[in-house]
Amino acid sequence: MPLFWLILIVLVIAAVGYMLGRSRALANAGGDSRELHSLPSYYGWNVALKAMVPTFVLLIVWLLVQPLYVNSVISGMIPANVIDDGSSRGLVMAEVRRAANGLDNAVAQGVMDEEFARNARADFTDVSQVLKDAGQIVTTEVTQPVLRAAQRYRIVNATGYQIMSIVAVVLALAGTLFALRETRALFRARNVVELGIHALLVGAASIAVLTTVGILLSLVFNTWEFFKLYPASDFFFGLNWAPSFSGRGGSSDLGVLPLLWGTFYISIVALAVAVPIGLFAAIYLSEYASPRIRSIAKPLLEILAGIPTIVYGLFALLTVGPLLLKVFGNEGLGWMQAGTAVMTAGLVMGIMLIPFVSSLSDDIINAVPQAMRDGSYGLGATQSETIRQVVIPAALPGIVGAILLAASRAIGETMIVVLGAGAAARLSLNPFEAMTTVTAKIVSQLTGDADFASPEALVAFALGMTLFVLTLCLNIIALYIVRKYREQYE
Amino acid sequence: MTDASMDNPPPARARSLRQADANTRRRNAAEKRFRAYGMVAILTGLFFLTVLFVSIIRSGAPAFTRTVVNVEFTLTQDQMDAAESELFKTKAYSNLFIAALQGKLEERGMSVEFDEAAIERLLGKVGGTLRAHYKEFPDDVGKPVPFELAASSRVDGYYKGRVNRETLQDSRFLQLSDLDLVDALEEAQIIKQAFSWTFITGADSGVDNPGGAGIGAAVVGSFFMMLVVLVLSLPIGVAASIYLEEFAPQNRFTDLIEVNISNLAAVPSIVFGILGLAVFIQFMHLPQSAPLVGGLVLSLMTLPTIIISTRASLKAVPPSIRDAALGVGASKMQAVFHHVLPLAAPGILTGTIIGLAQALGETAPLLLIGMVGFVARGYPDGFVAGFTEPNSAMPAQIYTWAARADASFYEKAWGGIIILLAFLLTMNIIAIILRRRFERRW
Repeated sequence: MPLFWLILIVLVIAAVGYMLGRSRALANAGGDSRELHSLPSYYGWNVALKAMVPTFVLLIVWLLVQPLYVNSVISGMIPANVIDDGSSRGLVMAEVRRAANGLDNAVAQGVMDEEFARNARADFTDVSQVLKDAGQIVTTEVTQPVLRAAQRYRIVNATGYQIMSIVAVVLALAGTLFALRETRALFRARNVVELGIHALLVGAASIAVLTTVGILLSLVFNTWEFFKLYPASDFFFGLNWAPSFSGRGGSSDLGVLPLLWGTFYISIVALAVAVPIGLFAAIYLSEYASPRIRSIAKPLLEILAGIPTIVYGLFALLTVGPLLLKVFGNEGLGWMQAGTAVMTAGLVMGIMLIPFVSSLSDDIINAVPQAMRDGSYGLGATQSETIRQVVIPAALPGIVGAILLAASRAIGETMIVVLGAGAAARLSLNPFEAMTTVTAKIVSQLTGDADFASPEALVAFALGMTLFVLTLCLNIIALYIVRKYREQYE
Repeated sequence: MTDASMDNPPPARARSLRQADANTRRRNAAEKRFRAYGMVAILTGLFFLTVLFVSIIRSGAPAFTRTVVNVEFTLTQDQMDAAESELFKTKAYSNLFIAALQGKLEERGMSVEFDEAAIERLLGKVGGTLRAHYKEFPDDVGKPVPFELAASSRVDGYYKGRVNRETLQDSRFLQLSDLDLVDALEEAQIIKQAFSWTFITGADSGVDNPGGAGIGAAVVGSFFMMLVVLVLSLPIGVAASIYLEEFAPQNRFTDLIEVNISNLAAVPSIVFGILGLAVFIQFMHLPQSAPLVGGLVLSLMTLPTIIISTRASLKAVPPSIRDAALGVGASKMQAVFHHVLPLAAPGILTGTIIGLAQALGETAPLLLIGMVGFVARGYPDGFVAGFTEPNSAMPAQIYTWAARADASFYEKAWGGIIILLAFLLTMNIIAIILRRRFERRW
């Protein structure tokens, strides 16, 4: 991997620069480090940073920009008549990339020589057969325009990477030389290095903002694409969810309401399990339990929060589902048809949320000042009366915040519903029926083999957007409530 | 004053403290009930925990064993020459094996009728295995060689209770008469359960071979992913925390970052999957289902966790340390990097391990970047290839098995969960030990 070596070379240049910078500064000061403005290592770091930072920034930017540039150049090369009906430029480009990859790998394996990979013509030799023989994935016959584009793609890409390597090494050397030139005994190396590190710290902190921007951009752009193909009103108010599998669009019903209903129904069942259990557990742990019981029961309950959701999903699918089916199925009460149902997913999700509710409520109940309890006891109230009439009302905003956070968890939960809730989207009140959720459909729409540009795949981004907005609102409200409440007693 | 009270004695008490009246009894009963609710809630929670673990262990344990047939087999040079001269060489070998097996059963005074087809249903293509062995080790000819042959997944299922005589329907995979043979072999102690290393070290198998499926390749995939997460999210997370905790001025930009971090911590994981799909795969054309992409997505997810715990441990270092450092002439940067950071390191490490454990079990984002449904048939060849070659990861592998139609994969999925939980447990225990050992209270 040339990139790996390139990074290594830059690091070596930086390391050499460090040594040179350090010794040059010391030499300048006549070997007496007291004559220097900064500690000797700062002169070294100054050189190393000036060699590394610009080079790595350049590498990252280059690696991001080059594919875009190459794509636009190559896709301009593809004649319009190659693109058949029902296909798109993007699909042909994917084909080109696959062919180019195949050629690369074939050359690497030694099946093909570079000469053949560069100049072979699909109308003379059967390139697709050669590629297949080399164990490369070739979906369709490689036609001449595609092959030409693929060859050009390889050449442009390879040249781009060559230029990048040269520029990177030159930049690293230039940075080193520049930094060495300015290295003198009175050079304020520490200040410069600290300024640089400060900038790096700011950059690291901005990654959180970048992530949010990335999420928003990827959701907004694709949702926009989706709404160009499918009317927004049908998406938001449609009562029917029935994507077609042809990938051609037009015949699909993509209404979000059944999915939202499924999501809310499952979340309500989950909260109906988690809130009473979690709340009472929190009350018992903070008000009644002896320190010993508390130190055992609290971590045990919190284990439930540390278990990965895939485990809960499997638990729902293989343990809880069959168990419920035995009780409520045709052999029992006859309410349930299959193991995957709202009840199954809701119950298991509720178990997952218990520690979430209990830990947060526990913290909040503990934050209620002891003076309020003492006042209540002084008036002759029993402990439970104190809890019900003084502690809980005082802690209520915080508890509501905790429940909202748990609700946002429930809405965004994926694995339990993918495995436990079923795949049919319906608007029904029966909790023993299979229903599906927004998250489960995001997974199924994006892991199927629908074309990426079809509304059937793009709808997943609109669903993701809905989910993101929903959970964001819940989180903001919850955090606001919790924060406001905390200020009250501190 | 006293006189007044003497003159007006209090009205005779209608109630006595010694005797609880109805109202007190009611209130005391309510108190007891309330307490009981709390107890019940905790016990319910613990009950769920127990059920979860019991069902994991009960259903997962069989994945670690497999049914094998142990036969000591001797091949003479003549037999080998005769077999090699025949047209169907492997058939000749399996005939020899059948004769040997029959001999073993007769030694113990049992006689069961079986033919080559039955052996193939039970053990697969025995002849080929034997021939391959003798081709590889020609010295073994003439010596007794103990062979351990894996039984087919249906026979395995018969042992583990998935298949029984009542529900079995004769098919080309297993017939009722084969079970008689299995019972006879068991009585002769030829067939038995053995620990299955294939499950721990092996790679995934195709949909038709549950017996050969292993989680080893997925563990390697997860390992490379965690490496990416560690290398990216630890330095970036620590740098971001240092900035926010030690250097950030009170302004709008800082507020924006703070709000972003607390929101990112609560964004559903599947949204990160969408981000990964759109940015890393659609936009940057990184290879699908590569641990590199999975690691990038999980790094972004883990960052808020690491930032939050790092900030907490930086905050726990008392200001006097910084003041002392500044007082002897250190710059602010030196105070932070030379004094505060080393003192906060155990807390940062603990937070990082917990963040990694979270990332290790995360599944939903991996579904979207194509790590599911991919049959990881082997280990990556080499260190760099480990990042870029398609591979699976532990939770994705478990999901793949759970989604397969054949019920014998479920056992593998549970087994995979045991391994995943073992990793998580180890990481959490390390975190707890680190915290216990190095935590300082100021």
